[in-house]
Amino acid sequence: MFLLIWKRLRCALLLLALFWMPCVLSAAQISSNLEQDWINKAFRFWTFADSSIQVIALGAILIGINCGLMGGYVVSRRLSMFGDTLSHAVLPGIAVGFMISQSRDEVALMIGATFSGFVGVGIISLLKRYTKMKEDSAMGLVLSGFYALGICLITYLQKSSGGGMAGLESYLFGSLVGLSSDDLIPLCLCLAMIILCFVLLNKELLLSGFDPSFARSVGLPVDLLHFCLWILLAFCIVSSLQIIGVVLVSALLIIPAATAGLLTHKMSRLLLFSGILGALTGIIGCFLSFLVERLPAGPVIVLCSAFLFLTVLFFNPVRGILPSWIRTRKRGQRIRCENTLKACYQVLEESSFSSQSFSQTSLARRRRKSDAEIEREIDVLIREGYATRQIILLEQKSELPSENMISLTPSGWEIATRMIRNHRLWELYLTKEASYAPDHVHDDAEKIEHIIGEKTVRELERILDNPRRDPHGKLIPSQNDIDRGWLSPPLVTEK
Amino acid sequence: MKATLPKPLEIHDLTVAYQKKPVLYGIDMEVEAGSLVGIIGPNGAGKSTLIKAVMGIIKPVDGYVKIFGETTRKAITRVGYVPQRASVDWDFPVSAMDVVLMGRFSHAGWFRRISKRDRIFAAECLEQMNMLPYANRQIGNLSGGQQQRVFLARALAQQSDLYLMDEPFEGVDAITEKAIVDLLKSLRNQGKTLLVVHHDLSTAKEYFDQLALLNLRLVAFGETQDVFTHELLQRTYGGKLTVLSEIGSRQVEQKQPPSAVL
Repeated sequence: MFLLIWKRLRCALLLLALFWMPCVLSAAQISSNLEQDWINKAFRFWTFADSSIQVIALGAILIGINCGLMGGYVVSRRLSMFGDTLSHAVLPGIAVGFMISQSRDEVALMIGATFSGFVGVGIISLLKRYTKMKEDSAMGLVLSGFYALGICLITYLQKSSGGGMAGLESYLFGSLVGLSSDDLIPLCLCLAMIILCFVLLNKELLLSGFDPSFARSVGLPVDLLHFCLWILLAFCIVSSLQIIGVVLVSALLIIPAATAGLLTHKMSRLLLFSGILGALTGIIGCFLSFLVERLPAGPVIVLCSAFLFLTVLFFNPVRGILPSWIRTRKRGQRIRCENTLKACYQVLEESSFSSQSFSQTSLARRRRKSDAEIEREIDVLIREGYATRQIILLEQKSELPSENMISLTPSGWEIATRMIRNHRLWELYLTKEASYAPDHVHDDAEKIEHIIGEKTVRELERILDNPRRDPHGKLIPSQNDIDRGWLSPPLVTEK
Repeated sequence: MKATLPKPLEIHDLTVAYQKKPVLYGIDMEVEAGSLVGIIGPNGAGKSTLIKAVMGIIKPVDGYVKIFGETTRKAITRVGYVPQRASVDWDFPVSAMDVVLMGRFSHAGWFRRISKRDRIFAAECLEQMNMLPYANRQIGNLSGGQQQRVFLARALAQQSDLYLMDEPFEGVDAITEKAIVDLLKSLRNQGKTLLVVHHDLSTAKEYFDQLALLNLRLVAFGETQDVFTHELLQRTYGGKLTVLSEIGSRQVEQKQPPSAVL
């Protein structure tokens, strides 16, 4: 079953990729009139031909992994909004760091950003403690306030210093232009710290995230752990800002982790998937942004991760929307098939099993459906190998229409008798053991007969002492009858 | 010889405050080894706070707690804790097995990985609570009673000598309630000491050997038959006679004169 879905999934992904590539390529074509051929460009990118491409690609992948891993913790601890707030709150610090160092000095920017992040978070906790403000409003206030302040400072700096401050706006929306190998050092450092922290403190972080009061009770310094995670998050955000920008860095924290959350319920796997997804979106987004130079890197990367999220939401084999839709449809088909087979049995029962075949019209009467509908249902049975159809001409050369005679194959017979047995057994159980009135049990049994397993059937037979008659006096087929492939008429008429 | 052994739990003049507002005043309590103690009292009486203060989760304003003659921090591996079920984020990506393994953390120590022996032991604890078939289920997919069983399996995995449980009967079905009571009694019979916060007066009498009646102060503490009296309960529940009349009516339903119970 799952294998089948996997195969379908692979197919779907392949199709998507095929569909997606021309879109990308045609989009690229429009913008690159003056530039080299886009195929050339793509080739250059994916072979990582020159060092600037290597730097860009590596940077995007590193950011993806860093944010993906941190995001795993942020999302599972319900800190998504917190991550968003923090990423906006660092902006004034970057401007101030810039002002003091008068250059894009990494260390100064980092210190400034971390400090302003601290101030932002401090304000949130003060607001929470001393006013009646709820946490989400406090976060919204700090987020927008700090962001506005940051933009004012940056715009002012740029206006007042002429061209000297170029590149500051890349902190807003992200940019891959002018990324040097030195810029990768903080990213590598951040990755190393995250991995070290997660490997060493795996179980401590898990416990303090899931059950803080229990964690305190076994002597874990929960607040210290939380603070460490917070610092790590701030570092991760600050180091990613240049490529992805303030506005959207939180998306990269949230989306890959949320996507991974669709796939697994295990923390270790969630982190792994989240990291991989992050890296994947990083490299794809980076490629697109490289291909179409007018597109800013940050939004493109975020769009890619949102696209991946949707893909997983629809196609993931376990809880994906498409696979579960297919499963529901299949179940519906099976139930319709089983209902038709059950009706076939009842038609045969009406004639006391005197003949092995019955006419299609008698079935239509029984099911209270039109001939055309029954025709279709029978077609399905024949296709599945449950029944065969013979066309019998009533009279040679007559004007009368021919009559379709249906007979069940052994496998069709088996399912039909099994459904009848399940139905009647359940009716009997409800009347005898759950003291339902005999005229109340039919509708319930109509549903239960399809889902009750063989194990429960055995249990019911044991409880009811292998009964032969249902509450309405009809025969309950036994396992013997099912195996034998036919009911002998005397048994049916016996009272 | 036996008299020189330190008591499992000794609470001396414990006062706890939330943002300067005291919620527990001067609690004195000494619990003997092998007792099964129920802590009962009205809402807001500080039952959970008492447990949290003993576990060192909340710092007391005054007084001290000694566990087997030592501070809580030093005796941490000898105390097991079952927090309130509502205190946890059940959507967190952990399985039932992961949660039980958390009970082994204090034995494993910092930075160490969980050993295979810990895993086997955790599986045994799950089995004891009849939860082994659910070991790999995400914790949020379990029913309330099952979640509580996982919590108790985690407490078992702690292999403690003193257990503090915060409302383990809250929101569980009758079968789980029975399973928990059986577990409590079997632990008691193994010589462990248990303090259990409980809110249902009608069952308190049959579940516990000793009762601590709490309402900001420790109103009474002693053998159940001595403490579960009309007068003391009335003092604990301070005029909230509705509770008592409810119990009384339940006793009438069971065709017993209320005075025989209260």
